[in-house]
Amino acid sequence: MSRTWRRFTSSYFLYSFRRDWVAMSSFSVLLLFLAVGLAAPLISPYNPWDAESIDIMNSEIPPRWMAEGEEDFLLGTDVQGRDMFSTMLYGLRLSIVIGLGAVFLQAFVGITVGLVAGYSGGKTDSILMRIADIQLSFPYLMVAIFISAIFQVAFGIGRYEDLAVPLLIVIIGLAEWPVYARTVRAAVMGEKNKEYVEAARVIGLSGGKIMFRHVLPNTLTSVLVISTIQVANAVMSEAALSFLGLGMPVTKPSLGSLIRSGFEYIFSGSWWITFFPGILLVVFVLVINLLGDWLRDVLNPKLYKG
Amino acid sequence: MVAFIIRRISQAILVMLIISLIGFTIKNKIGDPVRDMVGERVTPAERAQIRDRLGLNDPFLVQYVRFLKNAARGDLGLSFFHKKPALSVILSKAPATLELVFCSALILIFVSLPVGIYTAIRPRNWFSRFTMSFSTLGVSIPVFLTAIMLIYVFSVELNWLPSYGRGETVRVCGWDSGLLTLDGLVHLILPSFSLASIMLPLFIRLIRSEMMEILETEYIKFAWAKGLTPRRVWLLHAFKNTLLPVITVFGVQIGIMFAFTILTETVFQWQGMGFMFLEAVERSDTSLLVAYLVVVGAIFVVVNTVVDIIYGLVNPMVRITGRT
Repeated sequence: MSRTWRRFTSSYFLYSFRRDWVAMSSFSVLLLFLAVGLAAPLISPYNPWDAESIDIMNSEIPPRWMAEGEEDFLLGTDVQGRDMFSTMLYGLRLSIVIGLGAVFLQAFVGITVGLVAGYSGGKTDSILMRIADIQLSFPYLMVAIFISAIFQVAFGIGRYEDLAVPLLIVIIGLAEWPVYARTVRAAVMGEKNKEYVEAARVIGLSGGKIMFRHVLPNTLTSVLVISTIQVANAVMSEAALSFLGLGMPVTKPSLGSLIRSGFEYIFSGSWWITFFPGILLVVFVLVINLLGDWLRDVLNPKLYKG
Repeated sequence: MVAFIIRRISQAILVMLIISLIGFTIKNKIGDPVRDMVGERVTPAERAQIRDRLGLNDPFLVQYVRFLKNAARGDLGLSFFHKKPALSVILSKAPATLELVFCSALILIFVSLPVGIYTAIRPRNWFSRFTMSFSTLGVSIPVFLTAIMLIYVFSVELNWLPSYGRGETVRVCGWDSGLLTLDGLVHLILPSFSLASIMLPLFIRLIRSEMMEILETEYIKFAWAKGLTPRRVWLLHAFKNTLLPVITVFGVQIGIMFAFTILTETVFQWQGMGFMFLEAVERSDTSLLVAYLVVVGAIFVVVNTVVDIIYGLVNPMVRITGRT
């Protein structure tokens, strides 16, 4: 353990991380967001999902520092009288859970398909990759919107809203797996003719074992690079779907559905219902994107452009 | 070359078949054509009769082939809500979406080309640095948030521009156009800017990096050595060669803009195809949903195929590597 630790502390990876203040600060912001999001039920002053604690009389109160603000509500309240700050924390938590869940799912599907396609080659390869190519020729947001529309019509709106979190994970996962499949396949094609794979084959290991234990670890760098960007994409897709009314219901709002419900009241001047969740979402996606850019430059200097 | 085109087109037909199969499966398993035709107030016995007459009890494959035949004739079923053929509903909404995409594409071209070229020529300039850091931020802002911010600033606070609808339209040869009236143009400004804002950072970066790469090549050095004016080197020698990859990406990205019209149209209550699609989802209007899937799928397939063929014509490398 201590040796791995020492290898990590003296690595180029950590060195370049500590020299790059953008990467350091975005990483700290990301950590803060993750911590705050996951600990939302402990931190937030109210429980926005509990209908009993909400008083409709408190609706549309501006933030505390404004003239009509109230001491109890730091960032004001939304239309239903929920405390914005608490609702945003719960929303952030949902965005994190759905984003990470969707990326795990698409990574699982994509890596498996990419490994099998790249390692087996031939017919399997061309069929699997043709499917991935066809799906990639449509924008992932379009695919996600279609799948969620179909799910919503098939399940009915009530059941869809009950199952929204797992369904969104599946929808976004299904919409974006080809990115992983393509990346992993390309990496596997580069690896599979190397000597260590041949050596593994000579000592009689099974195909599955070679794929997952020997080839896969060597493709993980590229997986890591796209994973950060994919998390940002998944969070954005979730927000977009929720904004369209195809995602989280208003009773359990994610950041996207909060923006949706706030948007209806922006004409009456209640800007804070839209503004604060919007800022939170943008900063969250921005730090992930900045980290992703940094990671790509460090791990893959050859790809660096511009 | 002919072989390449034939292969590309047959691939496109295959994709269309897959899309139609998905569409038909949705229609077959989720939708209820009897309800689409006669509504809810019909006895079960009559329903069964209608089902039988419509051939809804036939095997799946027979029904699919019938669906394909109808689709080829332009009949994609009846919309339950609108009580009209689904295809004509979509076509009546199409001009709004197409005009929106067209205007955004114009904005995209006229902003990203000069800015991209400028940031490539003067990478250390403060404007270039500002643009590059701003583009990272731009990628992270969802389009609906940009749209809402624009509405808040320009409609709610400043009251300069209208925030929803298409405004006044004129009918020209069956095409409801907002491009010809002043009111229609004013209504187009905010939606098309917010739609263009998604692609803008990506395009500026693309043009910049392609241009910078080309500025390093030998023939540009030779052009400088010949003593040509900077203008001529930049615009005639370097810029021309950045165009090739940019055009390809442009073709594909225009298709992606269609996906984002759904978001933009929702924010601006723009009566286009995307707005109609979401309404169809809310009303469980399966036929209209499937028709939209098929139409948009067809747009994508056609755009992708045309872009690929053009690219194949311009760049022989694609044809040759594709063959093996």
